[in-house]
Amino acid sequence: MAVIAEPVAKPISRFRFVLDRRDVLETVMVAPAILYVLLLVGLPLLLAVFYSLSAYTIYNPTWKFVGLANFEQILQNPTFLDTLRNTFVFTFGSQLLGLVLGKFGAFLLLQPFPGRKIVRALIILPFAVPVALATIAWQWMFDSLYSVINWTMIAAGLVTREEAPNWLGNPYLAMLCIIIINAWRFFPFAIVIFLAGITAVPQDVIDAATVDGAGFWRRNYQIILPMILPMVAIGLIFGIVFTFTDLSIVFLLTMGGPGGATSVLGFEGFQTGIVSGDVAHGAAISLFMLPVLLVVVIFTLRFIRRREI
Amino acid sequence: MAAVLTRDIVKTFDEINAVNGISLRVPDGEFMVLLGPSGCGKTTLLRIICGLEQQTSGDLLIGGNIVNDIPPRARGIAMMFQSYGLYPHYTVRNNIAFPLRTQRMPSQDIQKKVGWAAQLLGIGHLLDRRPRQLSGGERQRVALARALVREPTALLLDEPLSNLDAKLRTSARQEIKNFQQRVGLTTIYVTHDQVEAMGMGDRIAVIDHGRVRQVGTPIEIYQDPADLFVATFVGAPPMNIVTCNGGGYLGFRPENFLPRDMIGDDGVTEFSFRVDRSEYLGSERIVYGVMDGFDSKQPITAKLPPAHVAEGSVRPGEWHRFAVKNSELRRFEASGNRSTRH
Repeated sequence: MAVIAEPVAKPISRFRFVLDRRDVLETVMVAPAILYVLLLVGLPLLLAVFYSLSAYTIYNPTWKFVGLANFEQILQNPTFLDTLRNTFVFTFGSQLLGLVLGKFGAFLLLQPFPGRKIVRALIILPFAVPVALATIAWQWMFDSLYSVINWTMIAAGLVTREEAPNWLGNPYLAMLCIIIINAWRFFPFAIVIFLAGITAVPQDVIDAATVDGAGFWRRNYQIILPMILPMVAIGLIFGIVFTFTDLSIVFLLTMGGPGGATSVLGFEGFQTGIVSGDVAHGAAISLFMLPVLLVVVIFTLRFIRRREI
Repeated sequence: MAAVLTRDIVKTFDEINAVNGISLRVPDGEFMVLLGPSGCGKTTLLRIICGLEQQTSGDLLIGGNIVNDIPPRARGIAMMFQSYGLYPHYTVRNNIAFPLRTQRMPSQDIQKKVGWAAQLLGIGHLLDRRPRQLSGGERQRVALARALVREPTALLLDEPLSNLDAKLRTSARQEIKNFQQRVGLTTIYVTHDQVEAMGMGDRIAVIDHGRVRQVGTPIEIYQDPADLFVATFVGAPPMNIVTCNGGGYLGFRPENFLPRDMIGDDGVTEFSFRVDRSEYLGSERIVYGVMDGFDSKQPITAKLPPAHVAEGSVRPGEWHRFAVKNSELRRFEASGNRSTRH
C-alpha cells in the first residue's frame, strides 16, 4: 500500500502573526520617534534644568543644589536685561518684517507671469542656504569699507562717503542688520505659508465677496486674511521659537556687539555657559526663554482653536 | 429691479469659445432659467452678468444701461453660489451685513436691514451662529438672505440646490419660487436639472456649446422643441427620435407612444413595436424596444400609465401595435432643426 506522506503538524509560534496586531505594530512604529525625542530633546532639557539649579562650572563640576540663585543673579545683571530686550526686538522685528515680505511675495507669486514656476522654486533659496554662508555674504554687504550697499548709495548720490552709515558699528543699525538678515531667511517660509493659505480659500467665497461689493483691500483684510490667520499663526509660532533660540546670525555677524547692542539670549547663554565655562548660569540664561516661549505658544494655540473654522 | 439684456456676448478662454454669441432678454421681474449640460457655458454667462468675468465681445445692459466696464460692486447685482460662498469666520449676522458694510451704510440701518432679511427667510434664530454650525438648508437661506439684503437689481443663482439632498431640494425649489414671485425680483437661475428648470422658470433658455438653442416657456420647450438637442435634453425619458425614410427625423414623447387601442381613431400613425424590456416605476411603466422599419440610436421608449396596462398585456419579445396621435408627432430636418409645422 502506498504510503501517503502524513502532514506534520507544525506548531504555530505565538509570535508568528505578532506584527499583524495593530497595537503591537503601533508601538513598534512609534517607539523610535519617542526614543529619539526623549534622548535628544528630553534628556538635554532635563540636564539643563539640573545645571541651572546647581553651581556647576567646568572648573568645578559639582551638582551642589543652589535653588533659584542662578536666576536671581542673572536678573540682577543689567546687561542681561538689555539682552532680553534685544531678543524681543530681534524676534518680533524680524518676524514682522518677514511676514510683511512674505505676504507681498505671495501676492506677487499668485499673479500669472512667464517663469512663475522657476521664481517660486528659487524663492525658497534663502531658506535653503546654510546660515553661515548667507551671513558671511551679508557681512560683506554691511562691511564698513567694502559695503556694496554704501557704494550703491554713494554712486546714486544719496549720501557722501563721509556720511555713509557704518552698519555694524552703530548699535541701532547693527540691530537692524540682524533683523534684516533673519527676516530675509524667514520670508520664503512665510511666502510658502501665505501661498498655501490663500490658495486654500474657496473661490466661491472670494467671488461672493467681490459681488457683495468688496474691493481688493476689503477682500484681503476682511475675508482672506482672517480665513488664513490660523495657518499664519502656526508659521509665526515656528518663526518666533526659532528666532528666540537662535544665535547663529549674531555669532557670525556681530558677536553681540557693538557694546552688547545685538546680544541675544541664545548668544549670551552660549558665551556664559560654553565660552566662559559657567555652565550653571549659561543654563539659567537659556532656560529663561522657556516660560516666555511656552506662554507665546499656548496663547497662539488657544487663539487658533477659537478661530477654527 | 431691472431688466437684463445680453447682446451677442462672446467669451473666449484660450481660443475656446465658452460663450459663443448669446443674446438674451430677461424682462424686469422675470424668472429666467438657463438650462444646459455641464460645460455648456451657462455659468460663464452668469459670471459675465455679475462682472466676475469680462466678456471678450458683446454688450451687457442692466436696466437699459451698458455696464460692460462697470466693476461688480457697482452693478448692484446679487449672486448666490453653488457652494454658497459664506464667510466662515463671520457669524450669520455679519455674513448678511457684509454687502451693506461694503456700501458704508450706517450701522443702525445695517441692523435694521439684517433683521428684515433674516425675518424674510426665517433665520432670525440663527444670527449668532457661524456657517459651520448650520445645516445645508440653513446655509442656503443665509446665502439667499445675504444676496437679498441690499435689494439688488437682479438676482443670479448658480445651481443653488445642488448641495441639498433630494427631499430638501423639492421644498427649497418651492421656497425660492414663492419668494421670487413675492418680491418680484428679476432672477436668472442656472441649472442642469430639467425638473428645476421646468418647475421654476417663467421662461427657460436651453444652452449648448455656448449658444442658446431655444428660449421659451416650459410648455413651449417641452411641446415644441426647436431642434433635436432640446428635444432630447428635455424630458425624462427624452423624446424618441427615429430616422425618416424621406430624410430628416421624426420625434415623439414616450408618454404619447401608446398601445393602439388606448388611442382614439382619428389622425393617428401606427407603428409596429417590439418590447425588449420593461420597468415598473410605481406611477408608470416604461417599456424599451425597437420599431419595425425605423432606425434609432437609442432604444425606443414608451411611458405607460400602469392603471391601463396590465403586466401581461405588453410582453417582452413580442410585437405590438402602438400608435402616436399625428398632433404629437414632431418633424426635424436632417440638420437637426425643427421643420415648419404642417
